[in-house]
Amino acid sequence: MSPPETAPPARSSAASSSPPHAAPLPRRGFLAKLAAGTVGAIAALVPLGLSLFALFDPLRNRRGKRAANVEGGARDGFYRVTSLAALPADGVPRFFRIIADRDDAWTHFAEEPVGSIFLRRTGEDVVQAYSARCPHAACFVSWVAAQAEYLCPCHNSLFSVTGERSATSPSPRDLDELEVAVRDDAVWVKYENFRTGTSERIPA
Amino acid sequence: MKKLLDWLDDRTGYRGIVYDALYENIPGGARWRYVWGSTLVFAFFVQLVTGFVLWTAYSPNAQGAWESVYYIQHEMQGGWLLRGVHHFMAQAMVVLLALHLMQVVIDGAYKAPREVNFWLGLVLMMIVLGFSLTGYLLPWDQKGFWATTVATNIAGITPGIGPQIQEFIVGGPEYGHQTLTRFFAIHAGLLPALLIVFLAMHIYVFRRHGITSRAPERRPATTFWPDQILRDGVACLAVLAAVLLLVYLPNILHGGPPGADLGPPADPPAGYGAPRPEWYFLWLFQLLKYFPGETEIIGTHVVPGLGLLVLFLMPFLGRWKLGHAFNVGFLCAAFLGMGLLTAMSLRADRGDQRYLAAKEEDQRTAERMPALIEHVRIDTRGAVALVREDPYLQGPKLFAQFCASCHRYDGHDGAGKTLTEPATAADLGDFATPDWWRSLLVNYEGHFAPFEKAVWYQQALAQKAAGESPTFIDLDEGEMAGWSRDNREALSDPRNKRHRDALAEFLASQSGRGDRQVDPELVELGRETMENLALAEGALTQSCTDCHSSFEPGAKFQESDEDNLGYPALTGYGSVAWLKSFIGNPGTPQHYGEKNRMPAFREQLTPREIELIARWMAGDYPQ
Repeated sequence: MSPPETAPPARSSAASSSPPHAAPLPRRGFLAKLAAGTVGAIAALVPLGLSLFALFDPLRNRRGKRAANVEGGARDGFYRVTSLAALPADGVPRFFRIIADRDDAWTHFAEEPVGSIFLRRTGEDVVQAYSARCPHAACFVSWVAAQAEYLCPCHNSLFSVTGERSATSPSPRDLDELEVAVRDDAVWVKYENFRTGTSERIPA
Repeated sequence: MKKLLDWLDDRTGYRGIVYDALYENIPGGARWRYVWGSTLVFAFFVQLVTGFVLWTAYSPNAQGAWESVYYIQHEMQGGWLLRGVHHFMAQAMVVLLALHLMQVVIDGAYKAPREVNFWLGLVLMMIVLGFSLTGYLLPWDQKGFWATTVATNIAGITPGIGPQIQEFIVGGPEYGHQTLTRFFAIHAGLLPALLIVFLAMHIYVFRRHGITSRAPERRPATTFWPDQILRDGVACLAVLAAVLLLVYLPNILHGGPPGADLGPPADPPAGYGAPRPEWYFLWLFQLLKYFPGETEIIGTHVVPGLGLLVLFLMPFLGRWKLGHAFNVGFLCAAFLGMGLLTAMSLRADRGDQRYLAAKEEDQRTAERMPALIEHVRIDTRGAVALVREDPYLQGPKLFAQFCASCHRYDGHDGAGKTLTEPATAADLGDFATPDWWRSLLVNYEGHFAPFEKAVWYQQALAQKAAGESPTFIDLDEGEMAGWSRDNREALSDPRNKRHRDALAEFLASQSGRGDRQVDPELVELGRETMENLALAEGALTQSCTDCHSSFEPGAKFQESDEDNLGYPALTGYGSVAWLKSFIGNPGTPQHYGEKNRMPAFREQLTPREIELIARWMAGDYPQ
């Protein structure tokens, strides 16, 4: 940093009475500059660093995982959704909610809807489950009975009854099918979210 | 690169600005005494940065403020350090302000032509104090809440518009969501903006007049960069080191977790026995003790107002011959007075048992929070519900308030205080444990001896002496006292120790307490002993169930209107359900019936309070 050729305009009598800078010995000047720069940088970087460290906490910690607490508890990621008897074997998709405990940072919510799915029973114990989250941008699709398709309200993606997207849909992949287990005459679904906007299914 | 910078300079003139900033002339050379202003700017920079990140995690509402601060402190990685630095840098700022003010006054830097800059500095000081007043509330813990209640009520006694000022600050007649949103908006929005504006003016005017050197000929003049900046940087680093040390101090002193203290969540209806402002306001707090009644306003408004007035007038006072000496003297006297008042306040608190007890309870509650949050979890009602519904925290308080007028708990009042007046009912510290039962069976009249100090007992004895036949628990001629006397010798026999312990274990097992290990073999032996009366040596005279209704191991208490004719039900004795029923009304036919002399607390306590006492006595809470 060298001073410009012309001296800055004087602003007050006090400032103009002395030369712009008294020329110290060059070597001492360099050492003083180095020391001043180092000390100043440390003083500034420590608070900045610790603040940034705390700011990026969400990227290091994955909290708010759903605690399984539904009618005897979710087993290995499966949530009990409904009894088999309550689901007619007519192949028509029906809307269900996943109920579980949820933690939002410091608040614990007991038994709340944490996800939405469609269940479709086609045989004695043949049940398919589709996440209601559109793989495009996570809006919730709805089942339009008149045209027998799932419709996304955001960008009009259309999916067939078995979840295949139509050729003109913006969605990069079919609806996410979820694992289903029929245990003790009840339908259990392994509920999970996948990353949106990718053609591949990547757990979120 | 050079060309690019030339272009930029041509369009902005940045080189001139940078040059002006760095090559400020310092007549008399760089000195350590000039560092205070720079350290304050540094402290403000740290507060801006840490404050912004705290802001990203803080939630200003009555059910989220304490909870989010707890989250920052315990869940966010590095959150404790972030909050600790913000907390202690705020305190450091007040100290640095005092030092800066001292330096400016002593050096006469307030005199012409620097009057306006001195006033700007005083405004900055008030803004910083505004930061600390508003910031103290934001964690919404007991101490912050109550200190702010006091501060805003002081604002409320301002003549004329006091109540309006108070409601305006608080955001309504009650303290709650609106208080937090308003304080937070002031703390994180208005005050930083004001501070930046006034700081800019302060620095601008400072640069206009240059530094005030008392000995410009002492050494050759130098420039701000690098000589003074080096000193400033070292000072800033020292401030930072001091703040970091303060953050770690709890760990160094007593191995506790490092960081700023977070008290238990604010609980307005519970009150608080130890509201104190931040340490640098303690002198004001102490001052108020000397202004009784309506004269309070002298301590709250007049004295601090006059002090500020003198500060603002210093540039004019300084023109007189002795003015400068007066100003320096006034400042020293003011700091001395503040120091003295602070010391008196601290001294008074050290000897104040009530204050110390309130502090201790605060500490106990704060230390309990992690266990409650882990086991019970914070729901939408916020963390204060955990405090209110925790038997471990509320049981002792309720016991001290409602039970300790007759009973004791391990010799004290439940909350740890030893009472001077004698107990008039049994010590319940070991209630329904095997110890309780051993003592009751072997030495019934000794076990309930405190009765003899009770008025009702003396009255009953007097009635008896007068030939009447009152219904009461008679320690001389009562049936249970008789059983105890008849079997004392056998039960005290060392050879019967196992049978005695078995009886006690069996009876204690009725409580079904989850915090005790029960020996099933011993329980079974106890049940057999009660049934067939046989001891290792000799036998019992009578079974419990000859009088009391029969009960089995693991039996659960159920409230009923069954008349036990004064032989209390022992089924589930000491369990939470039994305690709730008994405390609610011990005089039902199922319990003591007409023999009862204990108040029916369902008339005095809510069902929830009774449950809290019951669960505390039965050890039914997360450990």
